[in-house]
Amino acid sequence: MAAATTSAKVKWGVLDAVVVVFALIPVLWIASLSFKTPATLTDGNFIPREWTFDNYKLIFQTDQFVRALINSIGIALISTLIAVVLGTMAAYAISRLDFPGKQLLVGVSLLIAMFPQVSLVSPLFNIERNTGLFDTWPGLILPYITFALPLAIYTLSAFFKQIPWDLEKAAKMDGATQGEAFRRVIAPLAAPGVFTTAILVFIFCWNDFLFAISLTSTERSRTVPVALSFFTGASQFEDPTGAISAAAVVITIPIILFVLFFQKRIVAGLTSGAVKG
Amino acid sequence: MADIVLDKVTKKYPDGTTAVHEVDLEIADGEFIILVGPSGCGKSTTLNMIAGLEDISSGELRIAGERVNEKQPKDRDIAMVFQSYALYPNMTVGENMAFPLRLAKMDKALIKQKVDDAARVLELTEYLDRKPANLSGGQRQRVAMGRAIVRSPKAFLMDEPLSNLDAKLRVQMRTQVSRLQKQLNTTTVYVTHDQTEAMTLGDRVVVMRGGYIQQLGDPQTLYDNPKNLFVAGFIGSPSMNFLSATVEESLLRTPLGDLPLGDRLRSSLSGADAPRQLILGIRPEHFEDARLIEEHQRERGFEFTMPVDLVESMGSDKYVYFTVEGEHATAADLEDLAADAGGADLPPQDSLVTRLSAESRVRDGVDARVWMNLDKIHLFDPRDGRNITLHEDKTAGVTTV
Repeated sequence: MAAATTSAKVKWGVLDAVVVVFALIPVLWIASLSFKTPATLTDGNFIPREWTFDNYKLIFQTDQFVRALINSIGIALISTLIAVVLGTMAAYAISRLDFPGKQLLVGVSLLIAMFPQVSLVSPLFNIERNTGLFDTWPGLILPYITFALPLAIYTLSAFFKQIPWDLEKAAKMDGATQGEAFRRVIAPLAAPGVFTTAILVFIFCWNDFLFAISLTSTERSRTVPVALSFFTGASQFEDPTGAISAAAVVITIPIILFVLFFQKRIVAGLTSGAVKG
Repeated sequence: MADIVLDKVTKKYPDGTTAVHEVDLEIADGEFIILVGPSGCGKSTTLNMIAGLEDISSGELRIAGERVNEKQPKDRDIAMVFQSYALYPNMTVGENMAFPLRLAKMDKALIKQKVDDAARVLELTEYLDRKPANLSGGQRQRVAMGRAIVRSPKAFLMDEPLSNLDAKLRVQMRTQVSRLQKQLNTTTVYVTHDQTEAMTLGDRVVVMRGGYIQQLGDPQTLYDNPKNLFVAGFIGSPSMNFLSATVEESLLRTPLGDLPLGDRLRSSLSGADAPRQLILGIRPEHFEDARLIEEHQRERGFEFTMPVDLVESMGSDKYVYFTVEGEHATAADLEDLAADAGGADLPPQDSLVTRLSAESRVRDGVDARVWMNLDKIHLFDPRDGRNITLHEDKTAGVTTV
């Protein structure tokens, strides 16, 4: 038995290692490139022979990148906040109430999620040009919310459905109003779901390239993924690979921080013990 | 503390089904009343209407003399214990119990004192800082009780609070619930599908079926004088034996033999509309090994000989099973009972269950001579299930529908 467990452990350990290495090598490669000098960029060494921070210095010296970083953070945070708040309310209604048009609402939100975004770029471009939303923060925030909402509603309603309805009834019997029952009993239990959804929505907004490149034209609202594509070297003839790599590393950091920060709040099985399982 | 009055309370759902039909019920101050019945009988709906978790379609609900139909649950000042306990998993035991008091904006010191008091009564003091996830089933159940008693409400509502516990713990908690109710003397409405709980806990028991009250009375009355076949079959474990019977002259022809009609039965059957075709009901304990019957008792009963199917010795008594030949008792009520029990609780139609003294020496497969107490026979009309042997003098204290 013990031998079998050890061999099973080894087997899974190797499999896990393969997956992790497979996923991490491109990331590490980018990180490695960002620390190389232009001369050694193409030497094929995984570990840089000459370490340099010039690439990082360079990107933070350009106004272009810093401005894009601010745009990205602002747009993604605002979109996430609005989508999660609206999504929470919608998901709560869907999981708890029976109202006419409920199936339609769920169906339409699924439809939006399935709609190919690329087909909406041209109409959106025209609409935004005419309404003055083009190349503004709201011009990106609005479509982001549209496409993030179905994701938020689906994830959150799954979480709400896990919360026993008896808890809400119990809160009402204990003297809580509908609002108090939601705020003091349901919301704390839904928190892991809300944070999970927030992470997913944030990553979706942060990584978007299609809308960002189509609906912006200047540094005013250009986000980092777009700004990266506009990167040039110090001169026209210089290869910007090092700078792009450094920028790519930098924009991954907020995502990692975001996940780490909220991960503590995602305590699995928080509802265990509420009711007899 | 308060009395609760249900005045023709009805629950109709939008799809047209009626879960509860004009239920009239007066629950006295401090009374412990049990709503019992098979699933879907409307007992939980009735409880939820008292709680305010479901709207009342028609009729009036009064708590302490005041109409509360339109009041929110939080304004009715009643506490409820749920079958699932419904503890708030994000709060500790102490916070769970303090929750209703905190919502009532009570003073912090007073809250602590009340929670400590309740915890002491329920032996939860050492668990006050734990989360519900780290408690056993019985402890969670006690926390749910604690959350109810801590604010001294007008009434307690309990929705099958013990059905999630294992058998041994359930018996312990049953005693504890009963003691707690006596101690606090708070009006309590308790819903269960378990007739044993109903019999042991309640001051009065309401047997419900299909949204109607079948019979209301103290446990002994329900047991001794069931109003109809359904109540007779539902109350008691093992349940009453039912046999088909036909009246012929002065005899009652049954699969066990021809029983003489005594004065009691004769007078029940004297009515003009008395049916000829009947269902005879008799409880297992009203049989005895004929050898153990004293001479003066012998004449009050009827003796028959039958091969024994199976003997189950319980130590204190013996359950002896026989197979009855001939026609089976059939009635709509019996089919309902069988359907509800899934054939588990009720003995099969052709089986006769008897409870004999432990001294009885009957054995499997051997013929046994069994005595049956004729004074305890019930006769039911198979058409409507009515108990025709139920006399007015015996029904004193039984409130009819």
